[in-house]
Amino acid sequence: MSATPGLDGPLTDALVGTRRFFTRSEVSQDKRSIHAQGGRAGDAFYRDRWSHDKVVRSTHGVNCTGSCSWKVYVKDGIITWEAQQTDYPSTGADRPEYEPRGCPRGAAFSWYTYSPTRVRYPYVRGVLLEMFREAKRAVGGDPVVAWASVVQDPEKARRYKSARGKGGLVRSTWDEVVEIIAAAHVYTVKRWGPDRIAGFSPIPAMSPVSYASGARFLELVGAPMLSFYDWYADLPNASPQMFGDQTDVPESGDWWDAGYLIMWGSNVPMTRTPDAHWMTEARYRGQKVVAVSPDYAENVKFADEWVAAAPGTDGALAMAMGHVILKEFFVDQQVEFFTRYNQQFTDLPFLVALEGEGEGEGDDLRPGKYLVAGDLDVPESSSENAMWKPAVLDARTGEVAIPNGSIGFRYGEEGWGRWNLDLGDIDPLLTLHGTATETAQVALPRFDALDGKVAHVTRGVPVRRVGGRLVTTVLDLMLAHYGVHRAGMPGTWPAGYDDPSTPATPAWQEEITSVPAEQVVRLAREWAQNAIDTGGRGMILMGAGTNHWFHSDQIYRAMLVLTSITGCQGRNGGGWAHYVGQEKIRPIMGFQHMAFALDWQRPPRHMNQTAYWYVNTSQYRYDTFTADDVDAGTGVFAGKGVMDLLAQSVRLGWTPSYPTFNRSSLALADEADAAGLDPVAHVVDQLRSGALKFAVEDPEAEENHPRILSLWRANLLGSSAKGNEYFLKHLLGTDNAVTAEQAPPEKRPAGIEWPEEVPEGKLDLLMTIDFRMTSSTLFSDVVLPAATWYEKHDINTTDMHPFVHSFNPAIAPPWQSKTDWEAWKAVAKRFSELAVDHLGTRRDVIAKPLWHDTPEAMATVHGVVKDWRTGEVEPVPGKTLPVLVVAERDYTAVYDKMTSIGPLMEKVGMLTKGVPYDVTREVDILRHRNGVAHGGAGDGQPRLDTDIHVADAILHLSGTTNGHLATHGFKNVEKRTGTPLHDLAAEHEGKQITFADTQVAPVPVITSPEWSGSESGGRRYAPFTINIERLKPFHTLTGRQQFYLDHDWILGMGEALPVYRPPLNMTELFGETAIGEQNALGVSVRYLTPHNKWSIHSEYQDNLFMLSLSRGGQTIWLSDVDAEKIGVRDNDWIEAVNRNGVVAARAIVSHRMPEGTVYMHHAQDRLIDVPLTETHGRRGGIHNSLTRIMLKPSHIIGGYAQLAYFFNYIGPTGNNRDEVTMIRKRTAPVEY
Amino acid sequence: MRVMAQMAMVMNLDKCIGCHTCSVTCKQAWTNRAGTEYVWFNNVETRPGLGYPRGYEDQDEWKGGWVMRNGRLRLRAGGRLRKLLTIFSNPKMPSIQDYYEPWTYDYETLLNAPAQKNFPVARPHSLISGKPINVSWSANWDDDLGGSREHAAKDVMLKGIEDKVRFEFERTFMFYLPRICEHCLNPSCAASCPSGAIYKREEDGIVLVDQDRCRGWRMCITGCPYKKVYFNHKTGKAEKCTFCYPRVEVGIPTVCSETCVGRLRYIGLVLYDADKVLEAATATNDTDLYESQLGVFLDPEDPQVRREAEAAGIPGDWVEAARRSPVKRLIMDYKVALPLHPEYRTMPMVWYIPPLSPVVDVIKDTGYDAEDVDNLFGAIDTLRIPVEYLANLFTAGDVEPVNGVLKKLAAMRSYMRDINLGRDPRDEIPAAVGMEGEDMYEMFRLLALAKYDERY
Repeated sequence: MSATPGLDGPLTDALVGTRRFFTRSEVSQDKRSIHAQGGRAGDAFYRDRWSHDKVVRSTHGVNCTGSCSWKVYVKDGIITWEAQQTDYPSTGADRPEYEPRGCPRGAAFSWYTYSPTRVRYPYVRGVLLEMFREAKRAVGGDPVVAWASVVQDPEKARRYKSARGKGGLVRSTWDEVVEIIAAAHVYTVKRWGPDRIAGFSPIPAMSPVSYASGARFLELVGAPMLSFYDWYADLPNASPQMFGDQTDVPESGDWWDAGYLIMWGSNVPMTRTPDAHWMTEARYRGQKVVAVSPDYAENVKFADEWVAAAPGTDGALAMAMGHVILKEFFVDQQVEFFTRYNQQFTDLPFLVALEGEGEGEGDDLRPGKYLVAGDLDVPESSSENAMWKPAVLDARTGEVAIPNGSIGFRYGEEGWGRWNLDLGDIDPLLTLHGTATETAQVALPRFDALDGKVAHVTRGVPVRRVGGRLVTTVLDLMLAHYGVHRAGMPGTWPAGYDDPSTPATPAWQEEITSVPAEQVVRLAREWAQNAIDTGGRGMILMGAGTNHWFHSDQIYRAMLVLTSITGCQGRNGGGWAHYVGQEKIRPIMGFQHMAFALDWQRPPRHMNQTAYWYVNTSQYRYDTFTADDVDAGTGVFAGKGVMDLLAQSVRLGWTPSYPTFNRSSLALADEADAAGLDPVAHVVDQLRSGALKFAVEDPEAEENHPRILSLWRANLLGSSAKGNEYFLKHLLGTDNAVTAEQAPPEKRPAGIEWPEEVPEGKLDLLMTIDFRMTSSTLFSDVVLPAATWYEKHDINTTDMHPFVHSFNPAIAPPWQSKTDWEAWKAVAKRFSELAVDHLGTRRDVIAKPLWHDTPEAMATVHGVVKDWRTGEVEPVPGKTLPVLVVAERDYTAVYDKMTSIGPLMEKVGMLTKGVPYDVTREVDILRHRNGVAHGGAGDGQPRLDTDIHVADAILHLSGTTNGHLATHGFKNVEKRTGTPLHDLAAEHEGKQITFADTQVAPVPVITSPEWSGSESGGRRYAPFTINIERLKPFHTLTGRQQFYLDHDWILGMGEALPVYRPPLNMTELFGETAIGEQNALGVSVRYLTPHNKWSIHSEYQDNLFMLSLSRGGQTIWLSDVDAEKIGVRDNDWIEAVNRNGVVAARAIVSHRMPEGTVYMHHAQDRLIDVPLTETHGRRGGIHNSLTRIMLKPSHIIGGYAQLAYFFNYIGPTGNNRDEVTMIRKRTAPVEY
Repeated sequence: MRVMAQMAMVMNLDKCIGCHTCSVTCKQAWTNRAGTEYVWFNNVETRPGLGYPRGYEDQDEWKGGWVMRNGRLRLRAGGRLRKLLTIFSNPKMPSIQDYYEPWTYDYETLLNAPAQKNFPVARPHSLISGKPINVSWSANWDDDLGGSREHAAKDVMLKGIEDKVRFEFERTFMFYLPRICEHCLNPSCAASCPSGAIYKREEDGIVLVDQDRCRGWRMCITGCPYKKVYFNHKTGKAEKCTFCYPRVEVGIPTVCSETCVGRLRYIGLVLYDADKVLEAATATNDTDLYESQLGVFLDPEDPQVRREAEAAGIPGDWVEAARRSPVKRLIMDYKVALPLHPEYRTMPMVWYIPPLSPVVDVIKDTGYDAEDVDNLFGAIDTLRIPVEYLANLFTAGDVEPVNGVLKKLAAMRSYMRDINLGRDPRDEIPAAVGMEGEDMYEMFRLLALAKYDERY
């Protein structure tokens, strides 16, 4: 170093130094830099750029759980950009806050406003528009007759249907397009019946008013709304199975409370972007974080340990952890904390009868049915609902006891004040070990062979003889099932943790998951110890990675064993945190009643969408997966196909089915009227005689086709349509890439009509309302321009955040766009006008499945399946048949009804999750707030004219946003439970959250009986805290968290207790090339479709900012090892081909991917830079072009306690993770 | 002593989730306009990776920053005389391909396509040439280790530690590095500008390009080793991150900070002695530069500093702000934040807390618990992210300061677990990393609770 530090050399010094004299800026003494003060005209550019006229609060109604409030900046009437609000309600002084919330997708939203992909005007496909105009002229102007003449002409219909998706959209006017839509609806109602129409709009929580717009119209017409949660495969069937509740989970702020956090198949930074900070911050509090993920996902970066379980094997991992915990904390020692919890809050002490005694075959027994009061000679045996009151053994008396709280106490007169978890004097025995005099050998199923076929292992359990039955406890069965040996138990047991031969040891799982056994043992111990140390503050974030599998209910149940047996459920910082697609509509009650028009008409038509498309896109025709494939060797499904089981489920009233009958539901009422019969009796008679059939038994007949599908806030065909190519083929009748063969005769369902010809283009009208072009708009016959999220009023909530906030228009809807509410009002108006001539008032026979949270769920004693079709029982509506209700529909009054709150609320009140509410006071308040309708059907009723009216009605008609309703509801529950509850809401009894409140800032919500957790006193929301702290039963058979399921079908499938079932073997089932094999077509790989970093489903994937930050088009991630096998380098074009379709994409090659598995991040749509494929020369498909719908029979069980239907509560899922594909390098030149 | 105030930022990489929200909100606010399509004042890089523009840290190639020659500091790209003499020649700077050729799509086709044989599609077109483009590079091409063997493997910072990094599934690691302009104390961009258009604001040290004075010589682009000055090809002028001065001036944090959903950015004032900057930047060894820069900062609690600050015209509330500055606490008090590439000798003022990361499988196979306090520091040697790699980014290769930070973070977690579980805290844990329990708790609050008012 020189004596004085300096720059360059002396000459430069001199030259630079002179600058001092020529500038107003100040050059530093050392001539290194210039400082300037004043005279900064050159800065003005950025100041101008920053200036704006106003900032408007809004958010994004896209299907995510963010619930982020945004500032939308407006200058000169133009939306410029957005940034996050930071004014969320505080979580308290000692924890992080919800601010700022947001993600890159949301931050890029304003791009859509003025983008070239914006739909600015109404459009119709030219060929259809010409036909319609011509027909209208020809028939003298009646649009309904005109529509009929087009769709009834096979040649015309073929022409416009086969043009779907292939351009040719032409601009029209609102009047004309609305007329076409209304005419099609009127025609379809008249010709085929209202249940041939369906609507799909996903996830109301993100924008319930927008959802309610079309839903309210359609339900008033009598058309079913299609579910979303099950369809997305996000619905965890394990939740109803175990909790009798669907997805009640902790808010993200509660992660902070956990002492141990496992992210298991949930990639938090990617899919819970605004909440991920809770996880990174909680680590600083000493929380241990574990990530279970097959690849080095974004969240693995934050974890203390990476558990790289092979895809789809998580169930084995969870069972091995369960094995260690059961052995070390339930057998080697008893932990008071765990014992007390399980005695009171789980079914571990409940008695199960063993079956098969005296049947021979080595005398192995099978787990059977819960022992219930009605099976016994106890005082409760003659009580009301005795067959619905399961039993335990009381340690104090050594006798059977019937504890309070089971479903039998939930309904009927005798149960008042007894539906609770107060054990009173009963001290339930968790195990009979030590007190039993006998042991019995039980055959327990295992499915861990590669082909997924069943084998059995025989293990002993301690038993007693009660009421002539051999019984044991659920815990005893679970210990045997998990291979945890106890002294004196006969049978085959593992030699130790390192014995890989039998479930469910750590060594056994290592061979399946490739996770080191030592690691599993340690994690299990840490998990249990943490639960003891923290009083149950261990949490598992579980998500799509574990939940989108065919057997995901088993994976989840095995994981939930970990959270429940260790007393973590119902705790702040503990339990399950199911984070995929959950989307809680906090003001659920107000929403349900408004969206489904329950203020005018009940029941609504609600349909499980998975089954809907399995049937209506004819995917069942290609299903060679017979029900025998899921059987546990019991023959429960002998000779039946999945479609047979679905038909049985429908006719027993377990699961919904629309179109319901092979005749119009209006015609059935007419027939009955003509014959002077009661329509319900008429339908029962017709069914019994076979003169009337369910549509599901003959789906290809033209009278059973779906005719109209409306999409809004939705992109079915670019995103969630599992078996996308089958949709294009059978539903739409346009180009597709299906190469699968239909099932050969021996694999066909026995009870389903099977015509040789399968129709293509079943649907008459596909309409989409959207603000941007998607695959769905591309394929639609008509497209209406929607207002964006920055151009309307709505509200937004989720389960991950304890507040409700608002959408507000930053600008008026530009061009000819309209809000969803206004668009549907326009349709309703025209529909009502056209109905005057064509429909008038009609009667409609609605078939509704047996509902959860009602006494209908007690239809099937012991879960024993009896079918009226085979004469085992009589067909009785609401018992062995669907509930049948006759509704009167004045089709001319649909608009009036849509825009006013109907009188039914005041007449019969509201009902949500079994809790009744009297709302006369609330409706009256809305009368004053919204004003009343004058004239028409809604005369004198509160107006529901604007989107703000709807928002206010939703908020006012829910306990979460109206403290008076919450306390009122709790008081009603108290009558049934006999335990104090209403104090939970008392602090907010006078609070009414209005839409105006939400416009100011996000508003915290109120503890309400609509949900299972308490937020009283500003605590963080965690589910089931009311159950655990206030002894309110779970909505299950036993009233407890239920590990054991005893329905006939579930027993038959060997799934009474959680069991590891590997991913479906697509080679065995469908002849696909085995994973890892190579041939001329490339290499076969597991094909997974996880969420995308650069989009929220299909939204934003076309956004230029997101495309610029990613790879600019469809991509598939694969490992460097697989890439090398097929000679692919990063960014090469590749094709993925299987029997279902073809995908053209570019490769992203990375060593973070495991060999043998590729990720095609889902919903990249097919609109951006997708070439014609090398395989068939047509446009490449979407991620779901390679998938297909597969139904798991246990998901269509109904009529049995918690296994009963409700919309988005239970149902077959559109699972898609079990698929495989060939993948290879493209060799032909890329063409568009 | 010449007291000056500097607006500075610290980013806690241990919390960065790589979401790029900062990039998008910044771009929306500042550079979504013609001429700056390819410009991201704020970008986020996956490391290991090439960054944006591609391989910008290779100063042998790009000639950014300062170097020592004969004990004096000079621009790597050549002295200022040389700059003046070669002013009309093309400066050494990345090509558009090294940034990326921005593109868009013919979206309108989706709506306007006439009836045709195939489903329509939107194809990419260059925003530079308007012609169809084969997208093959972007501002974030190697995100999340995409194309790792071809890109991450060429990360300049791997030089010399190739044996420690293997691009194999079992040994995978990555983290994110969000970057803005460093608003250096010794900005080589300013020193490179022949027009004197780049200046450092007197009051807060924000480095700006005077849009009226810029003549588009582009020497600044060469001069900046972080490649955070960009050329607007429409106006022909240089543009760069402004530290959102129109917001900061009215008391709002920068866009990138306020919209950071990882809540990892801290903004605050730091006082420094302008007279000592050149000397500090002239430290003999690259590995001394971290310490020498620390030596430039002034303690606002020091009465003499406060007097000098007053004399220098720094308002009293600014000195107060410097006292409460979270940046000062993280850089100077807890010493958990480190400068990015001190070896460039620009005295950067955006600092980083390096990321902790999971231990490698080698540890977990043995059933060893890295959370156990007795194992804590041992585990740092087996982190997935090699400490040497972090040292190449933050301390010119010296692993000791990085180790020191990681140990403090690990110790904090261990210390806090006892408190979390209601047990007595153990003072030997903070003592092992040279901290008091109370300081550690305060550091925990700043890093974990990170309340809005305390971040900015």
